[in-house]
Amino acid sequence: MKLELQGMTKRFGPVVANDNISLIVQPGEIHSLLGENGAGKSTLMNLLYGLYQPDEGRILLDDTEVKFSGPGDAMAAGIGMVHQHFMLVPVFSVAENVVLGNEPTNAIGALDLATARERVRDISARFGFDIDPDALIEDLPVGIQQRVEIVKALARDAKILILDEPTAVLTPQETDELMEIMRQLAQEGTSIVFITHKLREVKAVADVVTVIRGGKVIDSVSPSTEVGELASLMVGREVDLSVDKVEATAGATVLEIRDLVVVDERQQRVIDGVSLDVRAGEVLCIAGVEGNGQTALAETLLGVRNVSEGTISLAGEDITHASVKEVLEAGVGYVPEDRKKDGLVADFTIEENFMLDGSYSKPFTKGLSIDFASRHAHSEDLIKRFDVRTPSGHTLVKKLSGGNQQKVVVARELSRELKFFVAAQPTRGVDVGSIEFIHESIIKTRDSGIPVVIISTELDEVFNLADRIAVMYRGKIVGIVPPTISREDMGQMMAGIMPEGVSA
Amino acid sequence: MSLLKEVFSTSATRAFLSIVMGFLVGAIFMMVSSEDVGKALESGGLMDAIQAALRTVADGYAALFRGSIFNTRADDLATALRPLTETLRLAGPLIAAGLGISLGFRVGLFNIGGNGQMIFGILWATWISTRMELPVILHMVVAVIVAILGAALWGALVGFLKAQTGAHEVILTIMLNYVAISLFTWFIRSPNLLQAEQAGGTPKAEAPAFTAQLPQLFPGTYSLHLGFIFALIAVAVYWWLMERSAIGYRFRMVGHNPHAARTAGISVERTYVWAMAASAAFVGVAGANQALGTQVGYTETVHAGIGFDGITVALLGGGNAVGILFAGLLFGAFKAGGPQMQVIGVSPEVLGIVQGAIVLFIAAPPLVRAIFRLPSLASTPALDRLRAKLQRKETTS
Repeated sequence: MKLELQGMTKRFGPVVANDNISLIVQPGEIHSLLGENGAGKSTLMNLLYGLYQPDEGRILLDDTEVKFSGPGDAMAAGIGMVHQHFMLVPVFSVAENVVLGNEPTNAIGALDLATARERVRDISARFGFDIDPDALIEDLPVGIQQRVEIVKALARDAKILILDEPTAVLTPQETDELMEIMRQLAQEGTSIVFITHKLREVKAVADVVTVIRGGKVIDSVSPSTEVGELASLMVGREVDLSVDKVEATAGATVLEIRDLVVVDERQQRVIDGVSLDVRAGEVLCIAGVEGNGQTALAETLLGVRNVSEGTISLAGEDITHASVKEVLEAGVGYVPEDRKKDGLVADFTIEENFMLDGSYSKPFTKGLSIDFASRHAHSEDLIKRFDVRTPSGHTLVKKLSGGNQQKVVVARELSRELKFFVAAQPTRGVDVGSIEFIHESIIKTRDSGIPVVIISTELDEVFNLADRIAVMYRGKIVGIVPPTISREDMGQMMAGIMPEGVSA
Repeated sequence: MSLLKEVFSTSATRAFLSIVMGFLVGAIFMMVSSEDVGKALESGGLMDAIQAALRTVADGYAALFRGSIFNTRADDLATALRPLTETLRLAGPLIAAGLGISLGFRVGLFNIGGNGQMIFGILWATWISTRMELPVILHMVVAVIVAILGAALWGALVGFLKAQTGAHEVILTIMLNYVAISLFTWFIRSPNLLQAEQAGGTPKAEAPAFTAQLPQLFPGTYSLHLGFIFALIAVAVYWWLMERSAIGYRFRMVGHNPHAARTAGISVERTYVWAMAASAAFVGVAGANQALGTQVGYTETVHAGIGFDGITVALLGGGNAVGILFAGLLFGAFKAGGPQMQVIGVSPEVLGIVQGAIVLFIAAPPLVRAIFRLPSLASTPALDRLRAKLQRKETTS
């Protein structure tokens, strides 16, 4: 099916999220929408999927104008969407999920599961998916869950498939497999809109690349375009994604983790016997596919999770069972993975957010009172040093862009007296300019002799920052390798396999 | 246009407009419920009925003014000013309770147990004021402190149970209201505990000893007592606590985002306990007012529903100290002016309706905006949530 968008415009109050966007997706084409976070890709797709109504513009399917008042209309017209966060019911089986909302029923109105299973098997067979229709979603790996989402769309005869950042949760191998599936679907005539900000993937699979920036279509280019050129189209200026750094001069071991075991609420061992040494003046990156215990490790270091077995010590001091406050006071700087939930109070001003973990001491308080003058001076200094783009320190943090919000968090944590710094996904949802700045700050911290742990699922970031890389899989460390390791070997390790010929 | 938007998005303006709307609703009720209007309609027709209706409303609100601010029919100035002092006297406990409830709101806690907390404080204050002998002033001070501490303890219990078991504070406070009130009733029905000597079988406490009574500010002229000064002090303390102090900052942090607070090393559970105690302590000031600002004995109804009225004061006051002060004064005026309205034949229930309507308009800002055709871009909680959600989607993908 041919999809055409003409002059799509969507405003949210004064913000123009989509500004006169037009594009054409030919039948059987893999059309990549490339853009930074906040460029307007998802808004555009939500317009197409009937979740938003456009202020201006038309949608044409096979040259006929259509209007969607909700996702139901879009699905009926042959548009399927695989969201970044899966819309599956974990306790239902694959077959039940696939027919949810469109259930086949028998004569008396009961759910006809046999037909549902048949549908899943049919589609699986056609594309060589290996999916058991009776498996429960919660038992399936993320990559397979994603395929269930695709099957769900295909079961409703989707002729146009929208994939919203589908590779964010996949290993490199799973990503390759997904791309294979995309090619196969395209060959069978399905049009695919592939939303991403990863240049490598665009080059590997797309037929046409449309770059979106600031809500506008910047250009449509061929995927053979140079990576550097794609990046500068996306960002709007020359970008240098590599980080300048000198060789690390690692000193004494500061953080020691020994045989750490952490059990979650469901009695799963989320961290299963991890031992790590982090030395002064080095960046240790913890890589891995999301959900393999990295987040839990960071939270355990901070003291929000209880340690079942093992020890953690910081500069010789045992902090295994220390409270969050004690850990922070011992000199740990912490950038949480989800800044909006854990790192910031959105309705506080920037000044107040600088004070979050400093409300017991200077420069924020004097006796029982807040020391407003000293807080103001301190925060003006941080805003300048960390290049937070804001009208003033009294601006509410929720009014800042993602990148500036993250700079507030990083500034707060790096401005304390540190013995150790850990950051989880420090550049997630952050614009390229801020990424560069944050990376520089991290390297500067390293060079000042502070041990740094960076937890990241972005391989580019890992390779750029790391002096050593520890790869986690199912709560265990698969191995610790130098950043000179190949991407292929890295991919194997992320799937839990220690490749031959690689040594720690 | 943008200036207009600015003005109308301030909470003070919205509160003012809500009050205007509340009085209009009250006016409608007065017209409908007035017998004069019905009679005029039968005998003289529509024009007469409209005239009668307007006269009823004017008379009604004039009576409210006479009863709560300045009695224009009084013989001398001192008598004319008495209504104002009554308003202040009755506003005292409302202000204190409003501060307490509002503190809870700002920590994300819905404290509807004000009555129970007051009563638990009053129980021990009654013990001090009727069963102990202490020098003048000291007796009163001790009784006030005990009323505050007792209430704070009852509030802390809520915070403790919430922190330990995860039970919701609304359920806890409602249930503890029953417990506190029944406990107090039992105390004042038991002769060897707190029952007054002449009470017989009925539950009744003795009047506080003279030494424990809140002294009158203008003895002999007005019954306004020290309780109002305590309420003013409470306003100042609340302001400092919530806007200036580090503890208040942590309270607000937990109220806005408990996850971030936990990550910043704040014990959210402990904060709930302290915040509930602080919330109840302010309510305890209202309790002291009720139990020690009287010269006669009282029953378990001494709380006068102020724990609940405090919720409406807190909502109208919009969380800030000065707002709560004015909201308390307004509702205190209603309490003072009610009897005057009854004298001229207007149902005093109209004031309850006005009070309820005001808070309703406060709680539903879009309604006020729609009625006054204010710019709709200003934020409402529901809209904000929606916008935030959409924005989050936009940035994560």
